[in-house]
Amino acid sequence: MDTIVLLAIYFARRGDMYIRPIPGLEAVNDAIGRATEMGRPILYISGLSGISDIATIAAMLILGHLAKRTAAYETPIIVPCNDPLVMTAEREIVHQAYIEAGKPDAYEPQNIFYITDSQFGYTSAVDGIMVREKPAANFFMGYFFAEALILAETGNMTGAIQIAGTDADTQLPFFITACDYTLMGEELYAAGAYLSRNPLLVAQLKGQDIGKIVLVAGLLAGVALATLANYIAPDIFDRFQSWFQIHN
Amino acid sequence: MLPPMAMWEKLLYFDRRIIFLIIAVAVLVPFLTGWMLPQGKITATTQHLFDAIEALPPRTPVMISFDYSPSSMPEIQPMALALAHHILSRNLRLVAVTLVVTGPQMADAAIMPVAEKLGKQEGVDWVNLGFKTGGAVLVTQMGEDIKRAYPADARGNSTQNLPVMAGVHNYDDIGLIIDLASSAAPGTWIVYAHDPYDIKLAAGVTGVMAADYYPFLQTGQMMGLLNGLKGAAEYEYLVGQTGFGLLGMSAQSVAHLLIILFVILGNIGYFTSGRHRRQQR
Amino acid sequence: MRLQIPIAIGFLAGFFMLVQFFVPHQFFQQSYLELFDWVKIIGAFALVLGLGSLFRTHIDKIRNRRPDHIYSFVTLISFAVMFVFGIVYGVKPHTSFDWLFKNVQTPLEATVFSLLAFFMASAAYRTFRARSVEATLLLTVAVIVMLGRVPISDYVSFVDFHEASEWIMSVPGMAAKRGILLGVALGVVATALRILLGIERSHLGGGGGGSS
Repeated sequence: MDTIVLLAIYFARRGDMYIRPIPGLEAVNDAIGRATEMGRPILYISGLSGISDIATIAAMLILGHLAKRTAAYETPIIVPCNDPLVMTAEREIVHQAYIEAGKPDAYEPQNIFYITDSQFGYTSAVDGIMVREKPAANFFMGYFFAEALILAETGNMTGAIQIAGTDADTQLPFFITACDYTLMGEELYAAGAYLSRNPLLVAQLKGQDIGKIVLVAGLLAGVALATLANYIAPDIFDRFQSWFQIHN
Repeated sequence: MLPPMAMWEKLLYFDRRIIFLIIAVAVLVPFLTGWMLPQGKITATTQHLFDAIEALPPRTPVMISFDYSPSSMPEIQPMALALAHHILSRNLRLVAVTLVVTGPQMADAAIMPVAEKLGKQEGVDWVNLGFKTGGAVLVTQMGEDIKRAYPADARGNSTQNLPVMAGVHNYDDIGLIIDLASSAAPGTWIVYAHDPYDIKLAAGVTGVMAADYYPFLQTGQMMGLLNGLKGAAEYEYLVGQTGFGLLGMSAQSVAHLLIILFVILGNIGYFTSGRHRRQQR
Repeated sequence: MRLQIPIAIGFLAGFFMLVQFFVPHQFFQQSYLELFDWVKIIGAFALVLGLGSLFRTHIDKIRNRRPDHIYSFVTLISFAVMFVFGIVYGVKPHTSFDWLFKNVQTPLEATVFSLLAFFMASAAYRTFRARSVEATLLLTVAVIVMLGRVPISDYVSFVDFHEASEWIMSVPGMAAKRGILLGVALGVVATALRILLGIERSHLGGGGGGSS
């Protein structure tokens, strides 16, 4: 699968590629605009799964792109963290985004701060921030657990525009219910490419699509072969199936 | 008196605090009155876990990983109590570990009262090995040598000298691993314990997380699953121990019925107020 | 060089972790454990930074008399109390720390978790509308699953809600879930690759993500 993605990146990096519009990402500029007009901050949560999770890294990459845009308007972005490693990395990312936007003086490191690693301690602290600071826009990107609905419903009550993105499929229904836009599953990973429009990153999306076609074709072929073999030669089927078994 | 249309329109903008209040009362009443519904059908995944423990020979070590925090106690602690009761009453050895920092307290809170009731001794019939950092690394280390991963238990006693750990070297000597979790820990146990060491693995998780683990039941990577409070109630019923699980199911039944009622009311308001026609236009 | 060295370190470490997962040789196992010790050490230092940030945020709030700075007092005092009891009396069972943990931390966390029930009810009331065929289907399925998860549905004899909800969870639910999972897995692979290969550098402060 890695090879497919790499080859696709290699061949597709020069071409001008179409990306399907993702409403949640189209709305990012509206959210920033709204916050700027209202003179209120933006709240950004990058999930609760820690720095070792790719979803958190994807969320941090989105934060970088978002911070570049908010820096241009000097709209404050509040980033409460539940992992000190994530906090450290996010401070660096936002700082760099402000430098690239030509607004290094507008960067305020104290807006990216650590709260606690306790799941619901963190949730109640973020809820408190939402109620007190009344951010104009809330972003929930990354991996979430049971706190997803508590965060999103509180944001909904404060009237903020809310954009969520997660690969935690059990939390998707909650975000869809309580947020204005939701990036589902792999859209979270596509967001960085979408926001940057960098040809190399966009080519990666093409790689994912090709990978998906290969997977679907493999699945269909596997189902057809297994069904057929089950009737014609069950022994061969069993041997073939044993290649894919996880047990030692 | 409001005209009917305005009344239904009003229903659409019901103050959510009233909903909160109704839910609070509906949940509290069954707890305060002790009203209990008889347990219905048992989910197959609960039954599989129960049967697996029943099939283990006496003194077989069973490992429970207490990977949840206090917030999930109402949902997972009843599972832990029922499992501890089942394991200890069947004269199996119980080895408690945890991948989360709050786990040792959860383990003590579940095992101590059960052990006391059944006259089981710490260090002989059960042990709390406590918390160690590392997550996946710790699980891998235990696959090689549990006593090296845990030279001492949570009280500082050497695991080499504990009778409960006699003959327990690695996962080959463990009859079953059960992960009670409110986090993504079951994934770690699947990838780093079940897959490389082919150990029997089951889990007990919060209701909201349960759907995450259905694929692993179908592939056989997990042999049993306790699904939220319902799973806890089913297990309590199977081991004959009435606890918070069975009691909580009455409250949950009322809450579910109320939510369905709210959905129906919301839809009545939506259709009778004519909003659906406005939206269609 | 400011960018190349971190990219090279990231590539080597990532590639090593990828290889070690498939090679059960002693060298890889030991190196893997060693690397994780490094992660723990880095984590411990980062925790110091995190706590520094926590204190600075709350002390600033108190010093500047920001609105609701009373909560900052609560945070700092709670931290100090748990810290002192933990250090002086230890964290084992039946200590003061354990008592505080069981009687303060546990009910507080459980209370926040329990808010989920209230929010679920209000969210369902607000959004579950039979606006379209798909929404009606979603609503119907939700009702069946909700009934199937509680014993009260066993009193209804004409529909087996328990079986119906199990079927919904393990057949159509699982199909959708697997579809999402496959997409996510590809997204994870692609994101990991673009970080390992240095295509995405914005996390290193290099703006590799291009202009936005």
